[in-house]
Amino acid sequence: MTQPLQPPPKKNPQKRTQSSTRPPETRSRAALGLSAAAAEGRFALQVCQECFAVQYPPRDVCRACLSPELAWQDQSPSGTLLAETTVRTSTKLYFRDRTPWRMGSVQLDVGPVVLCHVHGDCQSGSKVTLLNRLDAAGQGVLLAVPEERTDHMEDNPQLRALSADPKHRRILVTDLRNPNTPALVKALLDAGAATVFVGESESWRPHDNRRALADLENVETLPLDVTDVASVQKLAGEIGGKTDILINTARFVRPGGVLERGDTAFAREEMETNYLGLMRLAQAFGPGMCARTGDGINSAVAWVNILSVHALSNAPDFGCFTASNAAAYSLSQSLRGEFRGSGLRVMNVFTGPTDDEWHQALPPPKVSAVAMARAVVSGLQQGLEDVWCGDVAKEIRDRWRRDPKVLERELTQGGEGA
Amino acid sequence: MTVLDTLVSGLSSGAVEIVDLTHTLDPDFPVIVLPPEFGQCARFRMEEVSAYDHRGPAWKWHNISMSEHTGTHFDAPSHWISGKDVALGSVDEIPMQAFVGPAVVIDCSSEALANEDFELTPGVIAAFEAKHGRIPADSWVLMRTDWSKRSGADYLNMRDDGPHSPGPTPEGIRFLVEERDIRGFGTETIGTDAGQGAHYAPPYPAHYYLHGAGKYGLQCLNNLDQLPATGAVLMAAPLKIKNGTGSPLRVLAMVSK
Amino acid sequence: MGRRASYDGVAVTAPFSAPYQRYSIETAHWWIAKALRGSLQAAGLKPSDLEGFSVASFTLFPDTAVGLTQHLGLVPRWLDHIPMGGASGVVALRRAARAVQAGDANIVACVAGDTNHIDSFRNMLSSFSRFAQDASFPYGYGGPNANFALLTDRYMREYGAIREDFGRICVAQRKNALKYPNAVMKKPLTMDDYLAARPIADPIALFDCVMPCAGSEAFLVMSVEEAMKRKLPFATIGGTIERHNAHAEDPIQLRGGWTLDKDELYAMADCSPGDVDLLQTYDDYPVISMMQMEDLGFCEKGEGPDFVRKKDLTVDGDFPHNTSGGQLSAGQAGAAGGFLGLVEALRQVTGTAGDTQVSDARVAMVSGFGMINYDRGVCSSAAILKSGGA
Repeated sequence: MTQPLQPPPKKNPQKRTQSSTRPPETRSRAALGLSAAAAEGRFALQVCQECFAVQYPPRDVCRACLSPELAWQDQSPSGTLLAETTVRTSTKLYFRDRTPWRMGSVQLDVGPVVLCHVHGDCQSGSKVTLLNRLDAAGQGVLLAVPEERTDHMEDNPQLRALSADPKHRRILVTDLRNPNTPALVKALLDAGAATVFVGESESWRPHDNRRALADLENVETLPLDVTDVASVQKLAGEIGGKTDILINTARFVRPGGVLERGDTAFAREEMETNYLGLMRLAQAFGPGMCARTGDGINSAVAWVNILSVHALSNAPDFGCFTASNAAAYSLSQSLRGEFRGSGLRVMNVFTGPTDDEWHQALPPPKVSAVAMARAVVSGLQQGLEDVWCGDVAKEIRDRWRRDPKVLERELTQGGEGA
Repeated sequence: MTVLDTLVSGLSSGAVEIVDLTHTLDPDFPVIVLPPEFGQCARFRMEEVSAYDHRGPAWKWHNISMSEHTGTHFDAPSHWISGKDVALGSVDEIPMQAFVGPAVVIDCSSEALANEDFELTPGVIAAFEAKHGRIPADSWVLMRTDWSKRSGADYLNMRDDGPHSPGPTPEGIRFLVEERDIRGFGTETIGTDAGQGAHYAPPYPAHYYLHGAGKYGLQCLNNLDQLPATGAVLMAAPLKIKNGTGSPLRVLAMVSK
Repeated sequence: MGRRASYDGVAVTAPFSAPYQRYSIETAHWWIAKALRGSLQAAGLKPSDLEGFSVASFTLFPDTAVGLTQHLGLVPRWLDHIPMGGASGVVALRRAARAVQAGDANIVACVAGDTNHIDSFRNMLSSFSRFAQDASFPYGYGGPNANFALLTDRYMREYGAIREDFGRICVAQRKNALKYPNAVMKKPLTMDDYLAARPIADPIALFDCVMPCAGSEAFLVMSVEEAMKRKLPFATIGGTIERHNAHAEDPIQLRGGWTLDKDELYAMADCSPGDVDLLQTYDDYPVISMMQMEDLGFCEKGEGPDFVRKKDLTVDGDFPHNTSGGQLSAGQAGAAGGFLGLVEALRQVTGTAGDTQVSDARVAMVSGFGMINYDRGVCSSAAILKSGGA
């Protein structure tokens, strides 16, 4: 039975911070398909497109018919725990620091046998469900959990290590002025966040969200303007050492493409906030967070960007805004590479049009603040890298994956002439 | 002794004092806020280029950016539609003689303390002149409200119906421009107009009448409480920006002691 | 499938074991050369007499057998490199024997050796196999300990084995090792010690695990005529088998490839399990030795626990097993671990085993098992050696 996780004691200033270690990262190219599925929380395995044999471990040709046509497809995650062990010594520091570590062998209902992490609540020989989650090395790994939920199961250290759970963590939400911020803060508190810091730019300019957050316990509003490097550095100096999750909600959005606007003023604001703002935050908060990824229950764990799904393929109605999001998306990939060595994850939440003042003219469906908050929190709890929030985002993703050029052509219609 | 010799000896003896009327350029200093679909006034920003480090071992410097109308700043006639055709209406064209000249200070500080929407009317001006004499032509008129002692949200003083801060009525500014032919008008608030200036006819009358008549504006001034009602000399030279409609600047006043 | 040709006319001789060291500052090249030299000297040969050279090693990188020829100044006309870990001794033997029979090489030296630096084991794990890298090591990085813990866990639950059963194998081997001067382990081991040992990966504890060390082993393969001409004590080969990736459909490994080939092995050697005087299993973990006892026909599947309860596995016992202490007590010198049993068996059937000599040892079974590619050992091999006289 999992013991509920207690809030961590205050940090002992005489103890050296536990350094960041990681499980093994190296994988074959084929095996990265598992990581790609884990990034979205899917359990997928290679399936032969000729003889339909399900494969594991990942490979280059079918083990049954030697066909090279192997595709990653979602599979039933059910299986039976064949054997288990508790590893008590390891030559890898990450595990050495975390022993005892339970792992085992599971026969999947779909055929293959997988070696996997085993949740403490799994009974020997029982039916289990496999989760495919990203580990601290950013690679997909399998964890067997009981078929039925058990109490506090997410507090199991092996499962928690595969998540970025807000519980007991201190979270910075960077922009009080974003219309989605109050719902997000509330959802984080409901998920057990210890403290939510909310960055407020231009406190000389009042905003309703300030009042909405004023009465919440464990919420601190602090000055932060992502377009002002001094402000970002100042806040990082104050709370950078206790920011476990950073959720960047700072966004500058105006409608319009290139010709409609006729100038670069808003575009500059968009880049200042959506692209350079992210960069400033990363430069100020990133190193400190990277240094604290091994720091116990409230270790630094995740960096969250909220991006328009049109970062993948431009939507000319918001052409300049989505261009800034494409830049931010690209930068988030750089950050993934730069953070990877520390184990700090970058989660991108891709949304369709949000239900706010700047998308008044767009028809539904639109992403509500509550839906966005739910997506962020559940993405963190599952330790995802890519979250697709709302039907529009999922549809654009699917169309983009099918054929980026076709999607681009569809998004750039000129309208029927006479 | 030349006039300048006299000035110099006054400066060194303390008989002439320099007063800084400028706020520090600070990223968090309020700027005018317009409805968000309009273009916005850029905030002051400063990014380090190097600081005696790998980016430049022996030197420190910053890149800065801002609007022409950020912080303590100068408004040229070309800033407003009424002044778009005024000759020599941009900062680079304005004759430099305009940058040094006399100032009178109308003290409205107690009234503004009592009423944040205090209006500078012809009546207020008449009362000033009754006490201090007629406002000379080609002089700066500075409206002292002690607004510069406010900061943060109290400075912009924005509410759901817009900002609230003192300023001239259309009649008040027309009087100064048309009856007194002033050089320009300066305030301690974010604009030369009152916070609710959009609701006058015409909207933003100070901008409208001043710049339409080729006069200048100064706003976000500081330390007006250190100036005498009359007798100060203002030095307010904007940056020489090609076709610039205004400029942040250091505003200094010389005061006889 | 036709019947395999016999190994008539092939002699195996000149066993040499370089004394193992827990850690060594030398290289694999150094260790391989040491065993090669020892074996050649035992046979009174010069390096230039060699026509064939077979190598097994994990720590030669970036070299292979090819690089070694230049490094050691050899000019072989037959060269082999066996990457099969615990199965490599028997595999090297059977290939060399065929080369000698075919006349491709008159005298073949088979050598295995590895060094053990402080970080050798960790480095070897990190580049062991693609499936291990992708699908095994990320799960606790227990290395082979974790893999064999799973097999042991399953074996215990399937066949009712208890830890004492494995302990019997380990305790007996330690007794044997105390008579073998090259063994790394020098202290006696009691059943209480075994049971009280620090857990490593449940149910595996410290004395279920081998001690990685540095060392090397070598033997020579030549024609019987050659051996007799040189007056060398030699063994003949009754039969050999190898098998890879057997029983892939078994969800977990409870049997190895020997089950597919053992009948043919005994038929070739014209003997039965009862004729075997001593058994050398590949003992990276005791459960695997028990599996070999079953799969090579010394008892039925699942009867391993009962078998070891009834038998005395020491040198003087009724079922001498791993008479030099096996890897569990002599140490695991990398790929040389795959030669340890074979070289010891050679000494046994040639009557040169010294303190570990089993009396009247005429027929020895040597078994190999290697390479945990993912969740199980992939390679299995076995050979029956017989006394060849001198």
